[in-house]
Amino acid sequence: MKFINYLASITGIGAYPLVSLFIFLLFFIAVGVFVFKGRKEYFKYLEELPLSNND
Amino acid sequence: MTDNNKSHNLEKFSYDNTIVKWFAYATIVWGIVGMTAGLLAALQLVFPVLNLDLPYTSYGRVRPIHTNAVIFAFVGNGIFMGVYYSLQRLLKARMFSDFLSKVHFWGWQLIIVLAAVTLVLGKTTGKEYAELEWPIDILIALIWVVFGWNMFGTILKRRERHLYVAIWFYIATFVTVAMLHIVNSIEIPVSFWKSYSWYAGVQDALVQWWYGHNAVAFFLTTPYLGIMYYFVPKAVNRPVYSYRLSIIHFWALIFIYIWAGPHHLLYTATPDWAQSLGVVFSVMLIAPSWGGMINGLLTLRGAWDRVRDEVVLKFFVVAVTAYGMATFEGPMLSLKNVNAISHFTDWTIAHVHVGALGWNGFLTFGVLYWLIPRLFQTKLYSQKLASMHFWIGTLGIVLYAVPLYWAGIMQSLMWKDFTPEGQLRWQFMDTVTKMMPFYAARAVGGTLYLVGTVMMAYNLVKTIKAGSFVANEEAEAAALSTTYVAHEKDHWHRAIERRPVQLMILSLVVVAIGGIIEFIPAFLVKSNIPTISSVKPYTPLELQGRDIYLREGCYTCHSQMVRPFRSETARYGEYSKAGEFVYDHPFQWGSKRTGPDLARIGGKYPDSWHFNHMQDPTSMTENSKMPAYPWLLEDQVDVSSTVGKIKAMQKLGVPYPEGYADIAAADMEKQARVIAASLQNDGITIEADREIIALIAYLQRLGKDIKGEKKETAEK
Ligand code: HEC
Repeated sequence: MKFINYLASITGIGAYPLVSLFIFLLFFIAVGVFVFKGRKEYFKYLEELPLSNND
Repeated sequence: MTDNNKSHNLEKFSYDNTIVKWFAYATIVWGIVGMTAGLLAALQLVFPVLNLDLPYTSYGRVRPIHTNAVIFAFVGNGIFMGVYYSLQRLLKARMFSDFLSKVHFWGWQLIIVLAAVTLVLGKTTGKEYAELEWPIDILIALIWVVFGWNMFGTILKRRERHLYVAIWFYIATFVTVAMLHIVNSIEIPVSFWKSYSWYAGVQDALVQWWYGHNAVAFFLTTPYLGIMYYFVPKAVNRPVYSYRLSIIHFWALIFIYIWAGPHHLLYTATPDWAQSLGVVFSVMLIAPSWGGMINGLLTLRGAWDRVRDEVVLKFFVVAVTAYGMATFEGPMLSLKNVNAISHFTDWTIAHVHVGALGWNGFLTFGVLYWLIPRLFQTKLYSQKLASMHFWIGTLGIVLYAVPLYWAGIMQSLMWKDFTPEGQLRWQFMDTVTKMMPFYAARAVGGTLYLVGTVMMAYNLVKTIKAGSFVANEEAEAAALSTTYVAHEKDHWHRAIERRPVQLMILSLVVVAIGGIIEFIPAFLVKSNIPTISSVKPYTPLELQGRDIYLREGCYTCHSQMVRPFRSETARYGEYSKAGEFVYDHPFQWGSKRTGPDLARIGGKYPDSWHFNHMQDPTSMTENSKMPAYPWLLEDQVDVSSTVGKIKAMQKLGVPYPEGYADIAAADMEKQARVIAASLQNDGITIEADREIIALIAYLQRLGKDIKGEKKETAEK
């Protein structure tokens, strides 16, 4: 029995890493686009949240 | 901002500081306990007498106690301390229920105590970082739900519409840890303190390292990033460097992390595509990890001039830097050619400790030094002592890590070294002996680190004594209006972060995708794990022996996985095949070779060799560092458990003939007598019902099936 036999025995298995990468890329681009479209004052507001309590 | 409803009827309420204080105390106490256990384990490797020849204090049990204590007790309580403090303030609300907070606290401490007691007694599933047996697993799930309930209750009654990024990290932590824990803990109980993993062999390995790696990701990383995003801006008193970066880094991190597990299984008998997935995603992981580090460091840079004087900031700088180093190294270790050298060596241990001591430890210390004086309305007792802690701790980390890097690389190269004639140059034991000065230096580093922690405890106790505790900190904020007026140019992400439940579901979807794509093929496609006809289920005696192997934690020092390298096949024999492990509930591939691989140990030595070796390893191997197991010669195998064990295995699909459970005990006795007789031949007299006999049966079985297959084909 050769190592390679059962590694390659799922048909089309090579597509798995590709599909996964693709899903990730789409998602990542979506996040990126939306983040950079976001408005500055909004992020400014969020940033200040931990600092707004005085203790 | 307009949407935050600045109506003027401010509500008065108070923050619950008592629960924060309790978790802080718990993290200090368990931190010292867990590190002490680690130090003991480190010393045992140099001085095996410290195993004390007792089951309870033997390395194979101490090491899981150390890992469980520092991860789930030290860091666990550290997480809850940070979450309970920051969540209330970020949401401008008291925790949802003081009662749930108390249940959470005491439930978690109960789990820790139960874990300590059962691990000392050898009750273990034999799966690294998931050793706790099923009743404790259930308790963990329940208490985790209490934590989530309390957190979401607080989120729902919040007075701040928007969820700061730290809270997303907490939410992702909550859902993912729940998923990981439940999936990996699926096991079939045999008795109250004994169960078998539902998965076997390759599948068990994939699930286990999916869990194991993501325990690092979602227990040691994401909650601590949340803590970083709150406490670092707090300590430097300026906002996080880039909020945009934090959004990208959050989603990318949780998305990518979940795929990376198989990098723990490179060159093993796991499917190639799973390994490739693990490598690709692990390498990508560097980007979001460094996103977090850069954000942390640049936030700190705004207060660079204060770093010299403020000890809290010093701890934070080293913590974030250590996070950056560990997350740079991690992807490197996932490259196949680097992994071929690093895997099974102390390099991994060094890597882990840069993260654990540097990132988790120092961040916790920084938060404690910041928090305790505030909770007690006073100043830190001694800045000087804290500064000493910082230096001694940093030195401890360096002294811990550097020798182990060196040792790990050196040992690996020795394992792979051939003479010009094509012989392996070194006996395994030669490489063990070479480790000793490095192990000793590591123990010194660990001691320094522990001393620093004790100094901190003293400093904080003094601070507490001098201060007066504010149990309920008064605050006021406007309630949220029930109707939310959307902005004209509303942003998708703000829509999500206003809705915590959707945020949780989206995080769950993101992390579930990775898990599902990884597992479905492994589980559904049978051809993925080709059966080998000569591989048969364990005999009842071997099964009992295997359970002794689990109980004594032999897997903490021994692998059972021969990788397809010439250096390994020359040393151990034929490389391991997926089909060999189909009856292994749980798998025992191990992750560290302090001793040699045992996958092919069957038939290598006579029974008497094992007998003498287990009783006193140095009698067979000069200077051996393996613990002695004299109690196995005295204790009897628990025959009454055999029926239950065989039945459980049958339920898991192991093909024992029907009704076999009833005759298993007779078979067991027969096989035991054969071994006792073979020992007798070599002049050793021992009852056939002793545990050592079962363990020998198991060891002599390992790798035999494959050898049988070869014979079969040769005869044909
Ligand atoms: C602290 C780490 C450690 C633990 C725990 C440990 N061993 Fe070992 N083991 C070693 C070392 C180091 C060697 C090599 C030196 C020697 O032969 O004793 C070794 C060697 C062996 C060998 C001989 C392998 C060969 O090919 O020569 C066997 C068999 C063995 N161990 C079985 C066990 C069993 C069974 C357990 C659990 C009951 C166990 N070991 C627990 C460290 C450990």
